Amino acid sequence: MAFLLRRLAGVVPTLFGVVVAAFVLTRLLPGDPAVFFANSVTADAATIAAVRQKLGLDLPLWQQFLVYAGQLLRGDLGQSVGTGQPVATDLLRLLPASAELTLVAFALAILVAVPLGVAAALRPGSVIDHACRLLSTAGVSLPTFVSGLLLIYIFYYQLGTAPEPIGRIDPFAIPPPGITGFLLIDTLLAGDTEGFAAAARQIVLPAVTMALFALAPLARMTRASMLGVLGSEFIRTARANGLRRRKIIVSYALRNALLPIVTTLGMVFSNMLGANVLVERVFAWPGIGSYALDSLISLDYAPVQGFMLLMATIFVLVNLVIDLLYAVIDPRTGLFHA
Amino acid sequence: MSETLLSVRDLSVEFRTRHGIVPVLRGISFDLAPGEMLGIVGESGSGKSVTAYSVMGLLEASARVTGGQALFGGRDLLRLGQGALNQLRGAEMSIVFQNPRTALNPIRPVGAQIADVIARHDPAPAAIIEARVLEALRQMRIAEPERRASAYPFELSGGMCQRIGIAMALACSPKLLIADEPTTGLDVTTQAAVMDLFRDAVRARGVGSVLITHDLALASEYCDRIVVMQTGQVVEDAPVAALFARPRHAYTRKLLRSTPSSVDSIEALAPDEEPVAPSATLPFPAPAPLPTQAPAPGGPPVLEVRGLCKSYVHSRSRAFWRRREVARLQAVADVDLVIHPGEAVGLVGESGCGKSTLSRMISRLIQPDAGEVLLDGAPIHGIAPGRFARLPQRRQIQMVFQDPTESLNPRFSVFDAIADPVTQLLPRQGAAALRARVEQAALQVGLPLELLNRYPHQLSGGQKARVGIARAMAVEPRLLVLDEPTSALDVSVQAVVLKLLTRLRRQQGVAQLFVSHDLNVVRLLCDRILVMHKGRVVESGPAEQVFNRPAHAYTRSLLAAIPRLPQLQEAATP
Repeated sequence: MAFLLRRLAGVVPTLFGVVVAAFVLTRLLPGDPAVFFANSVTADAATIAAVRQKLGLDLPLWQQFLVYAGQLLRGDLGQSVGTGQPVATDLLRLLPASAELTLVAFALAILVAVPLGVAAALRPGSVIDHACRLLSTAGVSLPTFVSGLLLIYIFYYQLGTAPEPIGRIDPFAIPPPGITGFLLIDTLLAGDTEGFAAAARQIVLPAVTMALFALAPLARMTRASMLGVLGSEFIRTARANGLRRRKIIVSYALRNALLPIVTTLGMVFSNMLGANVLVERVFAWPGIGSYALDSLISLDYAPVQGFMLLMATIFVLVNLVIDLLYAVIDPRTGLFHA
Repeated sequence: MSETLLSVRDLSVEFRTRHGIVPVLRGISFDLAPGEMLGIVGESGSGKSVTAYSVMGLLEASARVTGGQALFGGRDLLRLGQGALNQLRGAEMSIVFQNPRTALNPIRPVGAQIADVIARHDPAPAAIIEARVLEALRQMRIAEPERRASAYPFELSGGMCQRIGIAMALACSPKLLIADEPTTGLDVTTQAAVMDLFRDAVRARGVGSVLITHDLALASEYCDRIVVMQTGQVVEDAPVAALFARPRHAYTRKLLRSTPSSVDSIEALAPDEEPVAPSATLPFPAPAPLPTQAPAPGGPPVLEVRGLCKSYVHSRSRAFWRRREVARLQAVADVDLVIHPGEAVGLVGESGCGKSTLSRMISRLIQPDAGEVLLDGAPIHGIAPGRFARLPQRRQIQMVFQDPTESLNPRFSVFDAIADPVTQLLPRQGAAALRARVEQAALQVGLPLELLNRYPHQLSGGQKARVGIARAMAVEPRLLVLDEPTSALDVSVQAVVLKLLTRLRRQQGVAQLFVSHDLNVVRLLCDRILVMHKGRVVESGPAEQVFNRPAHAYTRSLLAAIPRLPQLQEAATP
């Protein structure tokens, strides 16, 4: 418990740094949002000044920051000029879409990469090892927008097996009652198997695109880590005691190989948060990535800052979870085991 | 012996390497009777471990059995598939490995690991298996078996881990037990305790056992019969008494004479200063015979240590957020020590006794908490270690470290390694002068000059040890601090290095502080011995006195734990 509190306390300066960085970076963007939002090329100086004053952009930078920090302390992420909604409301509305996509892709990547890496490590130089290498190389070298478009071209345009790559659900379908915001779960909760199938069909291509991107580091790390552990002395002891192959691989080798794999998982997940922005664009996925990109283009400061803060928070939380996982896997950290 | 438990006949094994196929075993044959304890003794590379792995079917993929048979229970183990072997391993035959801690799964409680073995060979309900685990631990005389069973290897001492390893190997009552260097790396007293347990357990069950070791004395104390191996062949196979009374093979005799406990003085140690291949560039001075008598140590002391103390913060991970409640471990407490020019002082103790900490404080690598260090009468304890490295006094105290491989930079050639302290510590000099100095240092330690351009991985263990000594001697120090310089070496190589160190001391008059856990080595090399225990010097005096008439109880227990060769006198006379 003390460990948890200490780690959470350590999050505070990190988040403060993110707030400052997000604020400064958005102010460094070229262009004048007041001109943009005055919404007319003919707007005169007085109109622009009025908009600027309304947005609070006439104040000195440090006062703007204090105002922003004050808002944050009250839990207010600001107002999006683009959607006219509070940023917090927008983010909460859009986050489930992104989270669903990322988690599905993440699960897909783990389910493929870890067994593949283990199989490759058990038979180095075999066909499966080369397949692992090929898939990993393809995964890292293809940017997500290319692999995404490629998948759309093959499965939607050529084969027609995939649905139209626009959004999470057929535009004419009735969305299930929003309980968790995750369509795959909400449809099941509503007993709507047809809706579930539809949602699943929609998510396959973007999830595969993202999983491809996450596959490579995971599979490589699993292979390397397993190879290292399989050569260690306690595996030889296990063999010398006649333990079954399955037992040796799963409870002796893989559990010991997990530490670097879990580290990589954390990094991959964080990278996926960033990759989200592009994938959502390609598949017209209504998530926070698209939202942030739109806001960025229209110089809407508050949503961009809110997005960066949200991402940083998720990133920090993921790292916290990774640290806790370490403690569960490895008794030598001495956190859970007396 | 009417019946045999294991019969190995003409076993040959080869390794595939980058340099082609290398034969490792060439026609090994030996028999093991039920209940017999056989020692296989040899130096590194003799193939003794490969023999064990061949029998167990644990050879690496690059190894191939090219011939012979290993009959065990009417079956040839070499012809069995991995599936059939897996049925036998752990149930009918077991092996105990070196490095007890790394041989156990680090993230699984040790009790669960023993339970895995029992569950594999004798499936039973969980409660019965648990009871058998506790019984196995109790037989190894492990106190509080319930608590130990749930411990992880990192929470246990090395000796305790090896007891667990033996308990695991014996859990399913095998007929054959192989122990591959089971006590290498353990302290002598721990070694004696573990080996006694091993012998008792094996005797009580009538298990036939094979003890693989590099230590002739250890094998002679515990085994009934000894097989001596050299470069993949059995050179001698005899009952212990016969082997030591009449060693037939020259290699056995050489091994005996290299074992420090078998001789009375350094002069009697084999070999007699091996000749070094003459160099192409410089005429090599014929190795001088050991000066019979050391120059009488005298004059003002090189080094004086008074009341030296050092404690470490002993922080348990659970207390790490409460900074105030940290316990301190007193590593060195109030130690006095004087070393005169040309004198060799031995510092003996078991791991954790503070001998390394003390030697590092004297070498000015770490800062003492209290006390004085005087070099030639001048205090040096006030100088921070980082600053001391740049002072001219640095060259007066030089170190030789434990692991000859780890302590050499793999990207430095031998020349670079020896030249490094010279360029750092001596006034700048021309390239020719530097080369002359390096070559002289190399010749001094008997290192052929052709080796100067090689890199550490191209050298043997003994050559690397020589480089480490040459590097320290190149700046002509007054005091050499040697931290277990021979513990990683084979006995025959160790003998060479010990003779070299003695010659350096007698010829150059360099004082030596020799840190070691091996009382036998220290006895041969040193004039005086200090015995350390729990951070304190419990006994000190002339080497022969400490060795023959120990005053302190701890010294006596240390001496009692050392394995001894039978009939030293006959073996020692060439």
